[in-house]
Amino acid sequence: MQPPPIHSWHWLDASDLQAVIDALRGEGRRVIGPKVADGAVILGDLVSVAELPTGWLDEQDGGSYRLRQDPAAGSFDHVVGPHSLKNFLFPARETLVSFAREDGVWHEQAAAPPAAPLAVLGVRGCDLAALRIQDRVFLGNGFVDEAYRSRRERLFLVAVNCRRAVATCFCHSTGCGPAVEAGFDLALTEVDGRFACEVGSEEGARVLSEAGIVDAPLSTDEAETVRRVPHDLASRMHARQATDGVPRPRSLDTHGIRDLLMANPEHPRWDDVATRCLSCTNCTLVCPTCFCASVQEVTDLTGDHVDRERQWASCFSLDHSRMHGQPTRSTTSSRYRQWLTHKFAGWIDQFGTSGCTGCGRCITWCPVGIDVTEEIAAIRATDGVTVAREEASS
Amino acid sequence: MAAHKPRLAVFKFASCDGCQLQLLEAGDRLLELAERVEIDHFLEASSRVVPGPYDVGLVEGSITTADDAERIREIRRQCRFLVSIGACATAGGIQALRNWQRVDDFVGAVYATPAYIQTLATSTGIAEHVPVDFELRGCPVDRGQLLELLSAVLWGRKPHVPGHCVCVECKARGTVCVAVAKGIACLGPVTQAGCHALCPSHDRECFGCFGPSESPNLVSLTGFYERGGASRAALVRLVRSFNGHAPAFRAESDRLEGNE
Amino acid sequence: MTMASPWPTASHIDPWQTHSTRIAAIADETEGVRSYRLRFDDAAVGDAFRFAAGQFNMLYVPGVGEAAISISSDPEDVGTLTHTVRAVGNVTDALARLTVGDQVFVRGPFGTPWPVDRVMDRDVVFVAGGLGLASQRSAILRAALPGTCRHATVLHGAKRPGELLYTGEYDAWRRAGVTVATIVDEGGPAWNGRCGLVTALLDDAIDDPARTTVLCCGPDPMMVGVAEKAIDMGVSIDAIFLSLERTMACAAAHCGLCQFGPLFVCRDGPVLRYDRIGLLMKVPRL
Repeated sequence: MQPPPIHSWHWLDASDLQAVIDALRGEGRRVIGPKVADGAVILGDLVSVAELPTGWLDEQDGGSYRLRQDPAAGSFDHVVGPHSLKNFLFPARETLVSFAREDGVWHEQAAAPPAAPLAVLGVRGCDLAALRIQDRVFLGNGFVDEAYRSRRERLFLVAVNCRRAVATCFCHSTGCGPAVEAGFDLALTEVDGRFACEVGSEEGARVLSEAGIVDAPLSTDEAETVRRVPHDLASRMHARQATDGVPRPRSLDTHGIRDLLMANPEHPRWDDVATRCLSCTNCTLVCPTCFCASVQEVTDLTGDHVDRERQWASCFSLDHSRMHGQPTRSTTSSRYRQWLTHKFAGWIDQFGTSGCTGCGRCITWCPVGIDVTEEIAAIRATDGVTVAREEASS
Repeated sequence: MAAHKPRLAVFKFASCDGCQLQLLEAGDRLLELAERVEIDHFLEASSRVVPGPYDVGLVEGSITTADDAERIREIRRQCRFLVSIGACATAGGIQALRNWQRVDDFVGAVYATPAYIQTLATSTGIAEHVPVDFELRGCPVDRGQLLELLSAVLWGRKPHVPGHCVCVECKARGTVCVAVAKGIACLGPVTQAGCHALCPSHDRECFGCFGPSESPNLVSLTGFYERGGASRAALVRLVRSFNGHAPAFRAESDRLEGNE
Repeated sequence: MTMASPWPTASHIDPWQTHSTRIAAIADETEGVRSYRLRFDDAAVGDAFRFAAGQFNMLYVPGVGEAAISISSDPEDVGTLTHTVRAVGNVTDALARLTVGDQVFVRGPFGTPWPVDRVMDRDVVFVAGGLGLASQRSAILRAALPGTCRHATVLHGAKRPGELLYTGEYDAWRRAGVTVATIVDEGGPAWNGRCGLVTALLDDAIDDPARTTVLCCGPDPMMVGVAEKAIDMGVSIDAIFLSLERTMACAAAHCGLCQFGPLFVCRDGPVLRYDRIGLLMKVPRL
């Protein structure tokens, strides 16, 4: 069968989507997708379309996430949950290199063979943006993280256009969504129980063809209607409307944000947020772009074998800035400042892009509901205010 | 490394023996350990006792009697590197709940002949009595952390026992936050990691078994739970348990009761 | 989506590439400070390993961990590397227990160098606090060569006379035309030299500020003091370079631990021009 052309659109029903999953699994891929578990829509191994969260909606707000059933809800009307592509492309723990000692001499061990290639289903605009950002971190700065590259180069992405937002979403402010524009193999837009599928790459075309999808192109009118779905949502988000079951989303004024934060390292808001912040690391760990890591020596009692294990780290832990036994960022205030200023300002210097995609995870999964949009708005409202300097230098 | 095998001793005070069992049940790794060190005092495992001094001493349990207070000083003298293991040894344990009550009332209620009972008014951790070289938290301690500590001591490096909170472990294993997704009052954000998020991964709140994390903000956390409907009494019970007498937890339960 | 390597493979650098070396010699420098000369196990790797003065390596002791340590040897000495290390932590304590013939792994070199190749018509003033001199030794050896600069000066401060580093080499540096001056916080009865802060030595060292480049390494507050005084004396802010120290796990701007404001000390530093970092260095707990 001739693969369909890139940027062509096709109608898929649930059984066609199942055929796509089967085709991906059939070529040895591990297929990951959204499913309901432990009171949330998580990302996990997906075998069947029956596992998708069809009929489930999420309500999210600062420090709160709840699922509810709604018979009118489709398979992708939830938005982003606690997991992101980061959990799979930059896992929380990973052995980078191993050493073994034989006859008193240490040798680096051959690397383990790469795991099965991944396919991820249901990726939103904000998370595609996060992927582009992590690509710059791990592949685009002169050094290449081989472990990340191995997974990234073989990744197959089935994106989804959102038709619903929750109160913690602000991708319309960061320019990362809700529409998926590029960077996917296939993209789905759910309409009346069917999926309009856009082909985004030759690989996507090949898999559709492999899945035996009979060409079912959209009419011009249908394509126009489908294209409008995420853009209608974007308009509602920009208008901050609470209509059509879409709660009033957050928004963020990103104008001059780098200079705003760089100019306010001693703003009193840092001490204010520190009275609420738990320094618990949740915002950084659920953030799909945060990349900090430490490397631990994992030894056995014989001392003859060592795994050098990379583990997620967070600027909220004291170890992150510890030098000669003392943490540089010894206060919660200084650690919150590091997180927010890095994410929204320093990142622009480092990688030519903001580190924030507007996915809202840091707001939802903060155990006390601290809201980055509110903190930044507070600093903007009192730009230039400082607290009395208590010491001359760090 | 010293030419002779390092000598290890394990001691017990007021406790349930659960921390010692973590070592005893280490299986193959206990055998590996036995090849590397002389286990010269470990009554839970063997009645064979070789007198001190010892290179490394592990102490389980809290100090609850005048005899205990004397014995721990002698153990300190016998051990070059002394480690308190578990919530009892590091914070007085669950039995430190007595510290908020009159111990005579308990003795009178429980024992037929209270006069036979000689006990201190408080249950306290080892470090309140003698200097301790390392405190390993947990109720019980984590076997991996215990072996990591012993490996590190054997191989002359700093043990990797992070002070960050349980949330790091939940997120690393992908566990959905029970506080955010279910509204359950959980101590994970203020409790030191080490348990691999055992309770949250079984849909339960963290009970604070590893004591306060490196920079706990209890006032903010309990305030958020209170605004979400938790009662002060329930929050006091949550904070005042296995590590209730650890300073940060103690201060918070006292504050919640209005006894700052 | 699947990618056909958008970045050219040839320029890919795997930061985790690690080389085995043996300790060829150990020199006791000062109390708790030793210099280790490392020779690559694979001579071909040693021949190919080139660095610029001011760069650093990650030194790895298996089972203990890695530490970022600046390279102190002459970049022209191919095949061996010298690192001067104070035993102050996990990895450096482990290094201190090693002896000649023991194995140490190296990955590197990483970071930015001292600008010693761009000072031909300038006076260069090296200012080092304590062990900071270790990061400057390579550059001092370059500056001592004829034609590298107009004149080189080394100003070295330490807490006590016994903590002055490389004292056995000062005569050789002086013979090569380098001015060397020292100062200590607490001299003690046997000390005939100057007491005070290293900034006090700047007055005599800078006589043509418009043509002076200051290269400084030491504790952060000391470096700020040196830089601000040099500016007051008329040295241009873009002719002042500091070498920063931060803990790091990867040295490749991936781990994020060494961040200093928007900078990765491992990649953008350790040697940074003062106009990029002066304001940041005055922010507490950054």
